[in-house]
Amino acid sequence: MAGRVVLHGMWASPYSKRVELALKVKGIEYEYAEEDLKNKSEELLRYNPVHKKVPVLVHDGKPIAESLVIIEYIDETWKEGPRLLPQDPYERAKVRFWTGFLQQQLFEAIFAVIKTDGEAQERAVKEVHEKLKVLEEGIKGSYSGGSPFINGNSMGLLDIVVCSTLGAHKIHEEVLGVKFLDPEKYPRVTSWVTALVELPLVKEATPPLEKVVGLLQFLRSSFLESAAA
Amino acid sequence: MAKVGEVKLIGAWPSPFVMRPRIALNLKGVEYEFLEEKFGGKSDLLLRSNPVHKKIPVLLHADRPICESLVIVQYIDKSWPSSGPSILPSDPYDRAIARFWAAYIDEKWFPSMSGIARAQGEEAKKAAIDQVAEGLSLLEDAFGKISKGKPFFGGDAIGFLDIALGCFIGWLRVTERTQGVKLLDEAKVPGLAKWAGRFCADGAVKGVMPETEKLAEFAKLIMGKFKAPPPQ
Repeated sequence: MAGRVVLHGMWASPYSKRVELALKVKGIEYEYAEEDLKNKSEELLRYNPVHKKVPVLVHDGKPIAESLVIIEYIDETWKEGPRLLPQDPYERAKVRFWTGFLQQQLFEAIFAVIKTDGEAQERAVKEVHEKLKVLEEGIKGSYSGGSPFINGNSMGLLDIVVCSTLGAHKIHEEVLGVKFLDPEKYPRVTSWVTALVELPLVKEATPPLEKVVGLLQFLRSSFLESAAA
Repeated sequence: MAKVGEVKLIGAWPSPFVMRPRIALNLKGVEYEFLEEKFGGKSDLLLRSNPVHKKIPVLLHADRPICESLVIVQYIDKSWPSSGPSILPSDPYDRAIARFWAAYIDEKWFPSMSGIARAQGEEAKKAAIDQVAEGLSLLEDAFGKISKGKPFFGGDAIGFLDIALGCFIGWLRVTERTQGVKLLDEAKVPGLAKWAGRFCADGAVKGVMPETEKLAEFAKLIMGKFKAPPPQ
């Protein structure tokens, strides 16, 4: 599949990271355009007028926005290379279901922990644990045969989303002082995430720890400041 | 063609999310058993089939549960590929556009719709209504670009995005009535206003979209049960 591929992204955005991982898994050549979110490019605003956000994938001049939509597009357009979603309709439904859960429930819950402190943060932390428990049970039920990795060691959509949601757990520990991935409470989730972050592709795409820690600390203090204002 | 009893849908008649898989099953000509949940409680079957969210709709296909309305619609499209038209567009880019707007509808537009009922006071209500209208204006624009002069987002036949948005038409009409505003306004969103009529008249939708009157009565019933205490 020929055609110019440009990804508009931001180095610390987990959403942007998801698309990068998908492109790398498929072995697709692409150009990367780093966006300054405080000074968005005219192109980004033109390509994603509805949300004005990264990531946006531009394929032969045609823009696609929303990370999960982009990844499905990538899978359907570049048929060579590993599959990102399973072929079987029921398996696809399971992947989409859990991807939705991770995005809407777990990701949001972790975000709440980042934005709050005191009692509100305690409640948010409790929620994250509740969601992790659901995920742990879910993996047990949905993937009792083994790992959700669909191609042995090759990442699929669900692996990518798990990685982008929980892969930064060490950073969360450092900035928030909270340990989410307890291997005793969540053995399956923990081993899954641990395996994912060790993959060469993921390591390649992961920015230096101190850089992310610095940004997260900055983000957290801006959230807390504006909440107190 | 599925045998009767092989396909079941757990749902409730007023829910727009439940309407989505029902329309999809109708488009595919698939017979199914509709297991209606009673308002105010959740059946054991529902809790067993959707332990994560405990919500309707849930499709049971040969006893395997599939949850989340748009996940179910895509599942239906792929599971009965030779029956009826393809629900999702055939071109990957068109599919991406349809999925983008479906995500917008579920993540941004529908929450703004529920915002109207929750809004306390005149100002808040007006702001909430304006937000919904703004969203419809964006969707009007999208309709123009995507339908390219054809009757539906999906072209000649109802497709994924028609289903994703169309399921809310009944509730939009109820909101218009109770708030005394026009949302599917022929002057402001002419394309969508006409599309809405075509959507509701379609054979796959007719038996599924409740009459506005019936929905309005139901709305009164639930507002009565969930009425917020008066502001201090």
